[in-house]
Amino acid sequence: MADILTVDRLKAYYLMNYYGVSREVRAVDDVTMSVRQNEIYGIAGESSSGKTSFIKVLAAAVRPPLKVVDGGVVYRFGDRTIDVSRARPAEIEAIRWKNLSYIMQGSMSVLNPVRRIEHIFEDFAARPLGLRGTALRAQVTEHLGRLQLGPEVLRAYPHELSGGMRQRVTIGLATICNPQMIIADEPTTALDVVVQKDVLSLIRKLQAEMGSSVIFVTHDMAVHANMADRVGIVYAGRLIEEAPTRTLFVAPKHPYTAHLVASLPRIGDTTRRPALDGRPPNLANPPSGCRFHPRCPLAIDKCRTNVPPLVEVAPQQRSACWRWQDVVPLPGSISGSRVEAHA
Amino acid sequence: MTALLEVDHVSKQFNVGGPFGQKRLPAVDDVSFSIGVNCPEIFTVIGESGSGKTTLARMILGLEHPSAGEVRFRGAPVSSRLSRAARLAFMASVQPVFQNPFEAFNPLKQVDRYLASTARRFLKLSAATDVDRAMDEALQKVGLSLAEVKGRYPHEMSGGQLQRAAIARALIPNPALLITDEPVSMVDASLRMSIVNLLQSLRDDFGVSVIYITHDLATAYYVSDRLIIMQRGRVVEMGPARTVLAAPEHPYSQLLKASVLSAEDAGAGRLDPITDRPPIPPGVPAGVLVERPDGRMVRMA
Repeated sequence: MADILTVDRLKAYYLMNYYGVSREVRAVDDVTMSVRQNEIYGIAGESSSGKTSFIKVLAAAVRPPLKVVDGGVVYRFGDRTIDVSRARPAEIEAIRWKNLSYIMQGSMSVLNPVRRIEHIFEDFAARPLGLRGTALRAQVTEHLGRLQLGPEVLRAYPHELSGGMRQRVTIGLATICNPQMIIADEPTTALDVVVQKDVLSLIRKLQAEMGSSVIFVTHDMAVHANMADRVGIVYAGRLIEEAPTRTLFVAPKHPYTAHLVASLPRIGDTTRRPALDGRPPNLANPPSGCRFHPRCPLAIDKCRTNVPPLVEVAPQQRSACWRWQDVVPLPGSISGSRVEAHA
Repeated sequence: MTALLEVDHVSKQFNVGGPFGQKRLPAVDDVSFSIGVNCPEIFTVIGESGSGKTTLARMILGLEHPSAGEVRFRGAPVSSRLSRAARLAFMASVQPVFQNPFEAFNPLKQVDRYLASTARRFLKLSAATDVDRAMDEALQKVGLSLAEVKGRYPHEMSGGQLQRAAIARALIPNPALLITDEPVSMVDASLRMSIVNLLQSLRDDFGVSVIYITHDLATAYYVSDRLIIMQRGRVVEMGPARTVLAAPEHPYSQLLKASVLSAEDAGAGRLDPITDRPPIPPGVPAGVLVERPDGRMVRMA
């Protein structure tokens, strides 16, 4: 399957210069990855790990003080190739929503509270779709049907809808133009547990129907376990591990990932879960060498001085750890055999 | 035996709407449970947003007056209308921990100032060395120390550290009961388990009972002894946590359990929407809580 997105040694920093004092925050530091067609790629990381900055670059929504310093973000939509980190605003305007779509964080509040849903769709989709009046309305109604929303929603104001319905309307807005790439930033964080599962399965169904690729960002590993085909783990601005979802949960090759997947409590399992010491690093002043070394149980002297490269450690699996061979799943992780039994 | 905390048929209604469209919104509807004096436990309240769990916590803390029923702490009624002295004595024994530690602390004040004022207020300490000792003792219980916290502002600490400091502040007056409202939902994934494990150690090592309010069934299963599941202000199922969560009986509890995303099938893409969703109409008849042989109570029509 061809790659739809190639990120090559991307560096995006927050560059600030106030009153002669310049500050540099390396929010995205040397990330290389790619996303295939028809794939859900999950990005996991804790707050202030730079994941939102990273996908702002991917979504071509870079605003100062965030600045792409080096590297490229190349999309391939059919026979059109575009590097969004360098493209002119008009070129980005041309692919926005039609090819590249973005479900924003806190999308509960992106809907204009004083416009009816039908007018929001009109404002939003008339131009990229090139449709007006009844033709547009028919298309919107049909699309909302795919999201299990009836036509009566069109006459409603956002406050008349429940949180889950509003979220589905937002997803509807982002997908009505059949984009080849959808970037979703924590789309279910504000939702209730019951509604969350519905919305997730809907995104998955829609993705399968349209054959698009999805980049799905959340800090919740349980969501990644059920949504993503492949998962990339971001720590302090760097991609530290990337693997197919099942491999990542069964055989992690980075100590941070090993901890993340082992710390998920499960119903029916009372193994004591370990807690990780220390705190997430400050990106304005990150630790030297491997940025995880102050919290890492496996750290050696080399980790303090040398930055480990992201290397292939198994087919399709990449890890940035000097001691990846010594990483074993922690107690509480799901065991490989139980997962094989499901497959 | 008098109980530590008795919640006795407590209800709370809010009046919503203007002068023409007054409606009564039942937030909590006839909730009863009790926590024993000499058996510290983690008592979990589970429910989706709007199920009344925070209102219930506010009534236990005496911040909200119940419309009907009574909350009693060590036999004495809890009320928002206590005298100053009685209120202080109550606050020394029942302490809250809130959801977002970054909002609970003033960003412009050093964290230890809160701990110091709690120590002065409730322990009636005045000498600086005594205050420091009380703070350090409480911080040691949560795995921090005064040296780490002293002089630091909230933004200088991680969410997990700050939440632990918030718990340490609550522990200074040596409370018998801690009310924690979603204490982990704002804390980073790598630090979440440190808070959950801490609640366990408070119960086992320091004999503090904890009311743990959450919507996360997996951590509830991991830490709690007993739980109640609330739906629209009513208790639909209560009993020993692991018995109830292993095999929930009420349709709403079953729905909650079915919605939990498990890492068990990682990568298998199992995200089937819940098809046999039981209807949750707003005006369901109350029904009664029926006791089961395994010790749980289930609401039956």
